[in-house]
Amino acid sequence: MTGYDDGQPRMGFFTDTSVCIGCKACEVACKEWNGVPENPFAWTGESYDNTSSLGANTWRHVAFIESGGQSTASTVQSASSVQSEDEDFRWLMSSDVCKHCTTAACLDVCPTGALFKTEFETVVVQEDVCNGCGYCVPACPYGVIDRRESDGRAWKCTLCYDRLKVGEEPACAKACPTDSINFGTLEAMTAMAADRLDVVVAAGRAGAQLYGDGPSGGVDGAGSVFLLLDDPEVYGLPPDPIAGSKHLPSLWGAAAAAAVTLAGAVAAAFVGGRR
Amino acid sequence: MTTPVGRGPGRRRLRGGPGSVVPSAQIRTYYDRPVLKQPVWTWEIPAYFFTGGLAGASASLGSMARRGGHPLLARAARRIALGGVVVSPALLISDLGRPERFHHMLRVFRPTSPMSVGTWVLTVFGPAAGASAVLAELGWWPRLQRLAETVAGGLGPVMATYTAVLVADTAIPVWHEARHELPFVFAGSAAASAGAAATLLTPASESGPARRVAVTGALLELGAAEVMRVRLGEQGEPYRLADAGRWSRAATACTAAGTALIGLGGRRRRAAAVVGSALLLAGSVCQRWAVYRAGFISAADPKYTVGPQRRRIEERG
Repeated sequence: MTGYDDGQPRMGFFTDTSVCIGCKACEVACKEWNGVPENPFAWTGESYDNTSSLGANTWRHVAFIESGGQSTASTVQSASSVQSEDEDFRWLMSSDVCKHCTTAACLDVCPTGALFKTEFETVVVQEDVCNGCGYCVPACPYGVIDRRESDGRAWKCTLCYDRLKVGEEPACAKACPTDSINFGTLEAMTAMAADRLDVVVAAGRAGAQLYGDGPSGGVDGAGSVFLLLDDPEVYGLPPDPIAGSKHLPSLWGAAAAAAVTLAGAVAAAFVGGRR
Repeated sequence: MTTPVGRGPGRRRLRGGPGSVVPSAQIRTYYDRPVLKQPVWTWEIPAYFFTGGLAGASASLGSMARRGGHPLLARAARRIALGGVVVSPALLISDLGRPERFHHMLRVFRPTSPMSVGTWVLTVFGPAAGASAVLAELGWWPRLQRLAETVAGGLGPVMATYTAVLVADTAIPVWHEARHELPFVFAGSAAASAGAAATLLTPASESGPARRVAVTGALLELGAAEVMRVRLGEQGEPYRLADAGRWSRAATACTAAGTALIGLGGRRRRAAAVVGSALLLAGSVCQRWAVYRAGFISAADPKYTVGPQRRRIEERG
């Protein structure tokens, strides 16, 4: 798949959102290790989330979903009795990250070869090659990669390529205090995810589901597997993403038909002679 | 489970525009934030869609005109193509985040990237169209001129349509879901602009084929755009909203009026041909801007991303 033949297994994340406590240590560790610039500070009013989405300067993003029951203010007042007063109240937290897709749209459309697959089958931008054409930005079906205004190049999670090279785990996984973020071979991560799903469902979480597991779907499987407690779109994730490049044959087929039509229209204009 | 309306992650209703027959559906989002990123491209990109399409269709028109014994029309079309290929690379390079690295496009050929394919097409087409025009003006090396003209004429239709593949090969619903129609919109728009520009620069007695290309292209552009919007259904809503809606309506109005003027009066009245051509050129520009801006609106609202994907899952069962 990636052209490597070194026996190195595919590496990936398993993010178990059921044990995420929203501490944002992953966001901070990622920024520190990778030297990611700060975000302009703003209060969003969206629970504890002030980074809002993944982007050029946010490679781990913790989502906070408060829903059901009363307003935030009243739940704070009666914090100890929240469960008994309102069984419906939920506070979901989830650390989002690049999916390191098997069929990565960003990589497929990159015209410079700046985006490439590493020996760990992760997807990485080479910052000395990227010329900021911006094509990867609307290509990503997850809205992960973006161009950094200050330097004109595209940036996203590298799955800590430099750390993996020396046998270390990524900074976010290292910093996670609850093992919500796990790192290992994708095979192990997928197995771990399946086990955790069984446990969580048995504990009565009906909406729990895996996201990005298995080699099927619109991106042929992800290198980042998630255990979610509700539907993906609740966390801002696309429920059924697809890499545009999966449709390349029909894309070029339509263009070929249109090009022939154009050539035919031009040729036909000369049939009538000089009028 | 209930969620306060308009606040917090929750449900919102997706409805089509006025008169829509699209059923409403429950869409859940994360604080209404976009799932996708909006493009970072600026005005140079739709401008290039126009100039690249104009140059491509003009090169084909010029090549056919020379073969068909229309030297004045051929000369005009070659000059228009030359103008297009001079402007186009400048537009593309100026849009890069790192313009000084434009040549990194030339370090690989990536068949999966329409931008890479297009870069190489332009790299061959540009010099060919340029050489064809310049050598013809100077009267130098006629055989080389013919070769350049043939190459440019053959690649012209590719130049005019690959940009549609470029935008369609993204995650943006209003572009990706229109992948079967967008190349025809762009091909028609390119032909209309090339025919119109050549009509402007050619004496009426010589411009018959150019007027026919303009009218045929304009009809293709109008028809394909309409089919695209109908087939998109609720996903085509951005073509009715905000600036994309204005560009779209302007494109239809200009192109329809220009077609009527050239088609009905272009042969006998020079004024009708001139005004009609100007309208078709304006319509072609507006069409590219409508497509470009619709992509931003489509990416910005998560309902366009989540709604159809959720339905796809439900249909699979």
